[in-house]
Amino acid sequence: MSAFADDPGHETASAMAAPSPMQVRDRLGFRFWLPAVWIAIVVALATTANLLPLPSPIETDFAALSNWPDRTHWFGTDQLGRDILSRAIFGARISLTVGLLAPALGLGIGMLLGMAAGYFRGRVEAVIAAAMDAVMAFPGILVVLAVTAYVGASVPLLVIVLGVLTVPTFMRVARANTLVFAQHDFVLAARAMGATHWRVLSLEILPNVVIPMLIYALLVISRIIVVEGVLSFLGLSLPAPWPTWGNMIADGQVDLATLPYIPFIPAALMFLTVLSINLIGERLRARTDLRGSAL
Amino acid sequence: MTDAGPALLEVNNLTTHFHTPRGPLRAVDGVSFSLRRGQTLGIVGESGSGKSALARTIIGILSKRRTTTTGRIAFEGRDLLTLSEPDMRDIRGRDIAMVFQDPTSSLNPVKRIGVQITEVLARHLGLRGCAARSRATELLTSVGLSLPEERLHQYPHQLSGGMRQRVAIAIALACDPKLLIADEPTTSLDVTIQAQILDLLHRRQKAHDMAMILISHDLGVVAGYTDAVAVMYAGQVVEQASTRSLFRNCRMPYTAALMRSAPNLSDPPHTRLRAIAGRPPDMVLPPPGCRFGPRCDHATDICRNERPTLSASDAVGAHLYACWHPVASPGASA
Amino acid sequence: MMSYFLRKLLRLGVVLLVVAAASFLLMTLLPGDVALALLGNDATPEAVAQVRAELGLDQPLLLRYLHWLGGFLRGDLGRSYITQVPVMESILDRLPVTIELMLLSQGLALLIAVPAGVLCAYKAGSRIDQFANAVALLLLAAPVFILAILLMFLFALKLRWLPSTGYVPFMTDPVRNLAHLALPALAIALAEWPSLFAVLRADMIRTLQQDYIALAKAKGLGPAFILFRHALRPSSFTLVTISGLQIAATIAGALVVETIFGLPGIGRMLTGAVYNRDMMLVQGCVAVISVGYVLINFGVDLIYALLDPRVRQ
Repeated sequence: MSAFADDPGHETASAMAAPSPMQVRDRLGFRFWLPAVWIAIVVALATTANLLPLPSPIETDFAALSNWPDRTHWFGTDQLGRDILSRAIFGARISLTVGLLAPALGLGIGMLLGMAAGYFRGRVEAVIAAAMDAVMAFPGILVVLAVTAYVGASVPLLVIVLGVLTVPTFMRVARANTLVFAQHDFVLAARAMGATHWRVLSLEILPNVVIPMLIYALLVISRIIVVEGVLSFLGLSLPAPWPTWGNMIADGQVDLATLPYIPFIPAALMFLTVLSINLIGERLRARTDLRGSAL
Repeated sequence: MTDAGPALLEVNNLTTHFHTPRGPLRAVDGVSFSLRRGQTLGIVGESGSGKSALARTIIGILSKRRTTTTGRIAFEGRDLLTLSEPDMRDIRGRDIAMVFQDPTSSLNPVKRIGVQITEVLARHLGLRGCAARSRATELLTSVGLSLPEERLHQYPHQLSGGMRQRVAIAIALACDPKLLIADEPTTSLDVTIQAQILDLLHRRQKAHDMAMILISHDLGVVAGYTDAVAVMYAGQVVEQASTRSLFRNCRMPYTAALMRSAPNLSDPPHTRLRAIAGRPPDMVLPPPGCRFGPRCDHATDICRNERPTLSASDAVGAHLYACWHPVASPGASA
Repeated sequence: MMSYFLRKLLRLGVVLLVVAAASFLLMTLLPGDVALALLGNDATPEAVAQVRAELGLDQPLLLRYLHWLGGFLRGDLGRSYITQVPVMESILDRLPVTIELMLLSQGLALLIAVPAGVLCAYKAGSRIDQFANAVALLLLAAPVFILAILLMFLFALKLRWLPSTGYVPFMTDPVRNLAHLALPALAIALAEWPSLFAVLRADMIRTLQQDYIALAKAKGLGPAFILFRHALRPSSFTLVTISGLQIAATIAGALVVETIFGLPGIGRMLTGAVYNRDMMLVQGCVAVISVGYVLINFGVDLIYALLDPRVRQ
């Protein structure tokens, strides 16, 4: 009640009247389930692409050049007569592979560094923070371009470079959460009982840091899928003729005026996928009350 | 309180509800009082008793979307609650001004002191340029700030807390308001500065024949600077009297408890302060009877079931209280 | 103010050196050989050795860095391996297009984000706030190249309001110049404004609960005056920081958008250089863009100090 004291503003009023956290946890709702179903479909199709009765994504069919969507080709065919549905499904593999592996790499490294920085503080933290600042001083896309120019376009390389570029943000989230939990009683108690640093970090802090990290990772995944899209749009991801959503859009852009379905189908798939991940992330963030302020 | 003359401000059965997810929160619940020119009304109560909400309702700065206000606030005969927002804006800052509790948060941190003063002058008096600046300098001098010209160019963080509150007072007094609402003007300040600020307010008030509502949780502050006092609890006025009458003969157990909980200079050192046990009630679902009942030593069944009304204790009708079991005097209830 | 400025300047110097060194090392330490890349994998060892000597690649690393840094400071970034045109010349040639595109897009993004953020904070929770948030959420999921193609399809190819590709210098014909840049700039702006909007709205909502806003109301000031003259500045600290970092996204945006709309900017040149493995050109572009990025963020720090008098102390 005393919170109400000197500010009759609405926020304190609603905070006062706020029910207990248990009551707030309503159901996840369709804003969660609808995107979740979409992601499940995309993932299922992408992983089983080889087993599905699909036409080859790279073989050209000269009998069916630039066919608008119909009953045989649900999404139509492109200028080389390749089935767009098949290409879209195989293309999803690249988006998902890069979109999952790069953040996984960044999360792994970032979490280790962030936990070390937040737990040990002092010089460890200073060195790690300085290293991260150095990585952030570059616009990330330039690093990818420069490396690609040298080594050539390849998916593993893309995963490594993009993964490294996500380390600083993951590190910050991990550090912020570690700082919070390192002050909690259960950690202090464990320390007082003579637990080693390693034990405290892995048993007491890690379980608390990992959940917010995973939720934050959703945001990074959607961002990386977009970046992969940009790079493959520029022809710097998987080499042709293998499809990615980005290079399908780039190929289709040539005949944008006459055959708009060719670029817009992969564009729509990409948009829906990124939107779905964002919506899921937002819903989960709201539920676990992890805010951007963790940064 | 009983003197003749028309009231400057007459508040009648004023109610302010904040909209919350749980339902309306009754921050101000049926408050009535009146105030004449040159007079000071003290409003006292614990944190969360609705004092600040009352102040902000009178000056009309609560969000219309998040609050509902009913009742009547007659200022110079006009009901402020029925005025349009533009008309109300003309009154705010010119006829009614307000000083907030903490000058650190009530002065804009990124604007120069001078601008924060002159914008009121421009808004209400049409003063601009040199005229505004010289008036601002005058105002800063009148609230006792040295080097007023230089202060105009400074930012709030370059001043001490006491100096900032003087600036806030200068802003409030800029257009010679008829009513000043001072919401805990000294709570955030050092004890030594508190008296200076209260004296300053008092002097300016006498000089301009201004009415003042002095809000405080500290009965000691109120005792020295007010003509009448209203004690608030859980959004309601529970006792209201002339300052003299209240301090000599308070009737409401809550007032008595407040008096006991205030430190007294005549007490020997290390005397324990007597805090009021318990917490104020939930203002979304207040208890049905007397709102102080759950914390009151004297409470009986009637207190828990029926709400006492504010009524007079004497023939003159100047000392009002809402209690089923009024105490005889603070001494008797101790 | 002065000491704040000096500290920032010192930091700037250090970061610039680091960035220059990194640009250099990026090109030098990576696996792969420039000479091989240049001559193709079936080149004779003698030819490779000769090219390496010509390029000075046979000298010690530190010497090469100092040499390169000296050149960089004089504005000499070497010559393109392919066209033999001085890299600096090509960059200076293309830079104005990219700078204009970035200024236009960043300006447009702020022009959308600031009024929307202020209005939605003022009317938080209202219909219009919910609508703006929904739009921002949708656009946040739309990559800039998809927006670019969509805009091109709608406004250039279907409605024929604006040209789809090509470029006219501002000095030649300002109107046609802007017509060519309108869609590219809009595409980047549409992709960028949601994040600017989100931080401004959140900070503004927090500001509007401050006592100094209550005091501004108590002064009788009107809502527009309070929002823009009292609340906007203290609410824009995060916005300014974000818009500095956002430049990185804008650079990425410029890269694709220039390619899509055929604008002769530094982004399209860089993409071309990457295809052609024109390493000198890539290195030069990376160095110049990185330095520009660092300088912009330095500028942002200074703006920060202008906005918040408390920082200057």
